[in-house]
Amino acid sequence: MTVRRLADEQPASFDFTPENRAWCDAQIAKYPQGRQASAVIPLLWKAQAQHDYWLPKPAIEKVAEILDMPYIRVLEIATFYSMFNLAPVGKHFIQLCGTTPCMLRGAEDIKKVCEEKIGPQRQVRADGKFSWLEVECLGACCNAPMVQINDDYYEDLTPTNFARLIDDLAAGRPVHIGSQSGRVGSEPSGGLTSLKSLYGLDGVSGPGSVAAKNQD
Amino acid sequence: MTKIIVDGKELDVPPEFTLLQACEEAGAEIPRFCYHERLSIAGNCRMCLVEVKPGPPKPAASCAMAVRDLRPGPNGEPPEVFTKSPMVQKARQGVMEFLLINHPLDCPICDQGGECDLQDQAMAFGGDSSRFAENKRAVEDKYIGPLVKTSMNRCIHCTRCVRFTAEVAGTGDMGSIGRGEDMEITTYLETAMSSELQGNVADLCPVGALLPKPQSFRARPWEMQKTQSIDVMDALGSAIRIDTRGREVMRILPRVNELVNEEWISDKTRQVVDGLKTQRLDKPFVREDGRLRPASWQEAFAAIAGKVKGARIGAIAGDLASVEEMFALKMLVESFGSKNLDCRQDGVKLDPKFGRASYIFNPGVVGIEEADAVLIIGANPRRESPVLNARILKRWSRTGMPVGVIGERVDLTYPAQYLGAGPDTLASLAGTPFGVILAKAQRPLIIVGQGALAREDGLAVLALAAGLALKGDWNGLAVLHTAAARVGGLDIGFVPGEGAADAAAMAAGGVDVLFNLGADEIEIGAGPFVVYMGSHGDRGAHRADVILPGAAYTEKSGLYVNTEGRVQMSDRANFPPGDAREDWAILRALSDALGHRLPFDSLGALRAQLVAAHPHMDHIDAVAAGDIGALAALPQGAVSKAGFVCAVQDFYLTNPIARASAVMAECSALAKGRLQQAAE
Repeated sequence: MTVRRLADEQPASFDFTPENRAWCDAQIAKYPQGRQASAVIPLLWKAQAQHDYWLPKPAIEKVAEILDMPYIRVLEIATFYSMFNLAPVGKHFIQLCGTTPCMLRGAEDIKKVCEEKIGPQRQVRADGKFSWLEVECLGACCNAPMVQINDDYYEDLTPTNFARLIDDLAAGRPVHIGSQSGRVGSEPSGGLTSLKSLYGLDGVSGPGSVAAKNQD
Repeated sequence: MTKIIVDGKELDVPPEFTLLQACEEAGAEIPRFCYHERLSIAGNCRMCLVEVKPGPPKPAASCAMAVRDLRPGPNGEPPEVFTKSPMVQKARQGVMEFLLINHPLDCPICDQGGECDLQDQAMAFGGDSSRFAENKRAVEDKYIGPLVKTSMNRCIHCTRCVRFTAEVAGTGDMGSIGRGEDMEITTYLETAMSSELQGNVADLCPVGALLPKPQSFRARPWEMQKTQSIDVMDALGSAIRIDTRGREVMRILPRVNELVNEEWISDKTRQVVDGLKTQRLDKPFVREDGRLRPASWQEAFAAIAGKVKGARIGAIAGDLASVEEMFALKMLVESFGSKNLDCRQDGVKLDPKFGRASYIFNPGVVGIEEADAVLIIGANPRRESPVLNARILKRWSRTGMPVGVIGERVDLTYPAQYLGAGPDTLASLAGTPFGVILAKAQRPLIIVGQGALAREDGLAVLALAAGLALKGDWNGLAVLHTAAARVGGLDIGFVPGEGAADAAAMAAGGVDVLFNLGADEIEIGAGPFVVYMGSHGDRGAHRADVILPGAAYTEKSGLYVNTEGRVQMSDRANFPPGDAREDWAILRALSDALGHRLPFDSLGALRAQLVAAHPHMDHIDAVAAGDIGALAALPQGAVSKAGFVCAVQDFYLTNPIARASAVMAECSALAKGRLQQAAE
């Protein structure tokens, strides 16, 4: 974490699209009368999603006005959570997990790839396609190391497959979401070692397993 | 009541008490930073740790744990709390070491030094050295307004200021952005705070992070003489402490008075200090050939004596005059056989002949906390008495009672239903939704501002309000005054006698010689010969023909009766500048020069005569209740449709002392800017 401030350059105004506004109203309606402020995080989240994945000052003020909160209350929340970006991010915004399990599994190498291919943290690459940020645990430790790019997780990274992933994204080629080593979910990377009688005799679980095929 | 043992001492406390309160009850001292009895509980400084038994084998934050949360012992023994055990001492020392990790060692250049909670508690509970060898955190200083200076390196994140602005001031100006080590206390993007109570955050700050800006680097707390006194900036009469060094007032701080101001004061009360030193009248002046020239007291008195013979004499008392002065002036004017007296320079229609209940804040300030519905008529309590407004907010935030407003549309810091602009709304209130609320309410509070009374139909408005306010024994008619002198003036009958001229008539030329006791809010016409007695060169002095320099409120002892009718005595903290004298002494000397010697030689003798004539003035800090029955005699009448205009348009510039203050001028300009912004 570092001190978080609003970006120097701000758009003149912000308003929710009619669909998003309707979505916001539905969120607000979930809370009792007089407790609309509870909807502040969903609203900020929607504002960020609508605004190229970062929150400008007018959006913070808009949310405060919708929820009848003092501006500072919304700013507190926007600066508290690192998931709210206060400055522009790349089209593909990479959140790189650097917490212990990922670090032990090679997150430092992945970080180097980011630095080489994108540049320093928090800076958008010249073509506007990428920016990256080291974050704390994203909860996919068993498939470490991993990154989150926009809304999706990319796991089991190596410097090679991660560099390819970035190139594919830059070129607009289709990419595989999830594990980059081909395993399903977070099953053991070398095949099942226990409970084999229950989960696939071939050592593979999930949709491709023998058990699943037999059930069909 | 629940039994609890504190340091071996058994006592009975209400179960909702926090451990901290229970320990205080037992006489044990608990250090704290974030806890404040008038704010919500945050529990984030961890300084108030105590050991509880039975309980987890770790210290508990005593401010955030209630007595009822403790379990009894295995055999039903009452729970025990230890405040001096080795575990507690070690815990406090550890917390203090953490707090000091990032706190700069700049006590020698910090204005809080000498009255700093952190300093005191580090001495009492801290260790002798730090084990932290790394760099300290550095935080940018923030601009949060003209009254509070920040030095954010010193902040320990107690969030008292944040909770104060949110809960007491109601503006929600301050907040904490970021988190963890990067948490910073600030206003929204460093805008100035908008509350009229913002100065209090500097008092609340337990360290030197928020300090009163106008007093920066001026004085050390131990150099100052402390005088307990009463504020006159509004009609609330807040309890204040005036700190002086030599002859100079250095600062004004609040005192605790649960019945009036709790422990808050408004920014005008606090920061009017520099106004006490500028624009002062420090010698008598006499107008010659259209110009005021400095003169001696004898010349000034002779000039007046030359005018009074056979003349029609009158007197207007201003908003800051003490009761004794008005009483003496009344005696002087009456000794000339004149009844041309008025203490209502703004022309309000209140009159003592309708009984005391017709012009005081009958339920009392504390009564606000019993009200179950509030109707505000022609007033903006936020500007007319911000501390009183904070009480209404307090009541509202606890009960959510309905608040209705008739008059200007104003931001009161709590939600209010806007009912209409003028008295016609008030007259036709019955049957409307809010009228039904008021009819159902057991203890309705009807606040009537001076804006609703300083007009032709003022008495009719008052009668309408009184009609809504009476419920059995409950008299909810609350007249909110704006002038500290007003209730005292009405109490002693400083109003025109039968057929005599009132303030407007006197100002228009209804008298030949007009004694003006600090009335600066009234335009006096060209006719009368004006003798101005006051402390500041303001509107009244510009129009004067003779100026007799008086003492400002910090420079004299005097009685003031606040808006609820509470008689309070101010005390002298310093001396008037130059040749200026206390007003009662001026009047006594003047009376001699005019050949109508007043029958007293000291303030004590004057006060004795005052008490003899008005016995309730002898009961300091007490309220003589008004007679409800007399309200029925208020004359009913037709009301106009014209909307009410609030009596105070610019909170920061309501009196000559405030108008002489550069700090108040800056605040006023900022507030105007905010209003314009809001209008756009």
